[in-house]
Amino acid sequence: MNKTTMFYGAMLVVALVAPFVGYPLFLMKLLCFALFACAFNLLIGFTGLLSFGHAMFFGSAAYACAHAAKVWGWTPEVAILFGTACSAVIGAIVGTLAVRRQGIYFAMITLALSQMIYFFCVQAPFTYAEDGIQSVPRNKLLGLIDLKSDLHMYFFVLAIFVGGFALIHRIIHSPFGQVLKSIRENEARALSLGYDVDRYKLVAFILSAGLAGMAGATKTLALGLATLTDVTWQMSGEVVLMTLLGGMGTIVGPVVGAGVIVAMQNYLSGFGSWVTIIMGATFVVCVLAFRRGIVGEFEYRILKRRNGGH
Amino acid sequence: MSLHRTPAAVPRRFLREAVRRLACAAAVLPLAWAAPAQASLSDGVLKIGVLTDMSGPYSDFVGKGAVIAARMAIDDFGGRMFGKDIVLVEADHLSKADVGKNVAQRWFDVEKVDAAFELNNSSVALAVTALGRDRNRITVVTGAASSRITNEDCAPATSLHWVYDTHSLANVVGKAIVRIGGKRWFFLTADYAFGHSLERDTSNVVRAAGGTVVGGVRHPLDVGDFSSFLLQAQASKADIVALANAGTDTVNSIKSATEFGIPKKQRLVTLLLGISAVHALGLPAAQDLYMAEGWYWDTNDETRAFGRRFAALHNGRMPNAIHTGVYSSVSHYLKAVRTAGTDDTAKVMKAMHAAPVNDVFTKNGRIREDGLMQHDVYLFQVKKPAESKAPWDYLKLVETVKGEDAFQPLSQTRCPALLAKGRA
Repeated sequence: MNKTTMFYGAMLVVALVAPFVGYPLFLMKLLCFALFACAFNLLIGFTGLLSFGHAMFFGSAAYACAHAAKVWGWTPEVAILFGTACSAVIGAIVGTLAVRRQGIYFAMITLALSQMIYFFCVQAPFTYAEDGIQSVPRNKLLGLIDLKSDLHMYFFVLAIFVGGFALIHRIIHSPFGQVLKSIRENEARALSLGYDVDRYKLVAFILSAGLAGMAGATKTLALGLATLTDVTWQMSGEVVLMTLLGGMGTIVGPVVGAGVIVAMQNYLSGFGSWVTIIMGATFVVCVLAFRRGIVGEFEYRILKRRNGGH
Repeated sequence: MSLHRTPAAVPRRFLREAVRRLACAAAVLPLAWAAPAQASLSDGVLKIGVLTDMSGPYSDFVGKGAVIAARMAIDDFGGRMFGKDIVLVEADHLSKADVGKNVAQRWFDVEKVDAAFELNNSSVALAVTALGRDRNRITVVTGAASSRITNEDCAPATSLHWVYDTHSLANVVGKAIVRIGGKRWFFLTADYAFGHSLERDTSNVVRAAGGTVVGGVRHPLDVGDFSSFLLQAQASKADIVALANAGTDTVNSIKSATEFGIPKKQRLVTLLLGISAVHALGLPAAQDLYMAEGWYWDTNDETRAFGRRFAALHNGRMPNAIHTGVYSSVSHYLKAVRTAGTDDTAKVMKAMHAAPVNDVFTKNGRIREDGLMQHDVYLFQVKKPAESKAPWDYLKLVETVKGEDAFQPLSQTRCPALLAKGRA
């Protein structure tokens, strides 16, 4: 058993014990945002595409899942899959348009389209504007297990997170992931080697959108509501923040980043709108002091020490 | 209080709870329930929370003032319950349903909060009321107005609605305006539960009184720029431009409407206008507007004394009906806990329903089966600048509407729990 496997095993044990020590709803929220950040990291960290509209995938899946669970009474796993599928479809459309451009233009296109989705959500009758879709029922998993208990729901969320995380891990370490990394490092060279760069980018975009949607849909069931907060550009900004804070391009980084941000929102909520300012200040400190992010910097220091020892 | 505990804490607390319940039952059994000898609190502390908008569009309308009012109620009660200090916690939900629900979940699940107060705005109120029903905790709504709170989304076993609802606002203001000749109505509506309820309830009143609704437009909460909406209102050629919004939205839409010259050709009607909004607008802009209020500081000696005491704690700002409503509801809750001798939700709710509400807020108010606190409502008109003699002297009374005329009759309830009971 190597060190990585041991690390993941230890993390899993912690995650399994956590709900008996901590507050399950908080942990569920944390896991959902961690998955969201991981999905985002797949795009920015491993393909080099900065999307500034990931909230549209997170939010539209949240609404789709809430509608399916509340109005149509679907079981949670089907509702989440439905949400994921919706955001993947939106991802395919947005991606097709966006991957034709690079850098700031790519970011702006995703931002513009996500604003369109936001205004759609403000106006569409089934989203209930400022109210959001409230009191979303969790229903019964596979029609058998009642998820009303927070503990049951937590393990369901954990299973989804582990599944999503494993998928991302697999993608990154596959030949496909290697191609993505080569695009990140030097797009022109990847193109000259004969790779259809746009198609690779599009597939990465759809995967990232789908996984972000899965996080959003799961969050909706865990917390019981889907609101405009899920689709605003601030949410897109938050996921960028989580990823950069944790460490862009590292596998565990986004999880750590999401943990820090969600914990800050949770425990500092007494400060009201000051939370945003505190988060901003944290971000500035992060950018100035450890530019690789928490995990990134950690890995870098360890590597440097090892190399120095040789 | 027994439902939905943090799992880790269940066994220990369950044991403690069981022992306490047994002891309590043994002590109380021989006595009448109303006079418990052995009073008890489930977690050893009475903790109440004020969850409100302290930095969003309604921070002026409710905000810090609501916390001050709750603190005053606790101080007037003596600050202690069964020998233990009463704890007050506060939180800002930024007028976002998801933030509000998160806070309330944490309060109920982890922080042992027994009852949550205020809960403006309506989308937050609906989220937290539903949560209270799930978690079996008391929720008292003051600032939020949607009539859904005691109808479609009612939770009569755990939730109360204290100051007003959109039905009473529509009823009092709508009827008065149609009576003075406003027949053709156009609505400018805040696009969420509160605005929708207010528009629907007012439309019903207007139609019943012989008026017509010629159109309407919806704007997002806290929008800032009202020009495009107001142009539509102007183009509608309606007699009445009704503002089914609140807080800074009302203030901003009146300001822009004045700039567009709307008040010259059409009549501007606010369906919800607190005294804080009048203060923000100033009398020149707000003069002659009608408003329905459950309470006004300059009504009698008792209200004036309360107003001055509050103002001294709140930078000289007089309380509005919501602030006094928070004071009233917190006081009523504390008295009910004392009467019931416990903080058990069902018993406290029973005691709250049983007692009439007699305080600075209202006389002989009563809590109905659907959770609505029924009380008299006043129709005020905002004074002209020349009529105002002192700071905060803003309103003149037009008429007093009896509680049973202002609020929706219980027979018309759309509350599923009550309808089911009626059918059984």
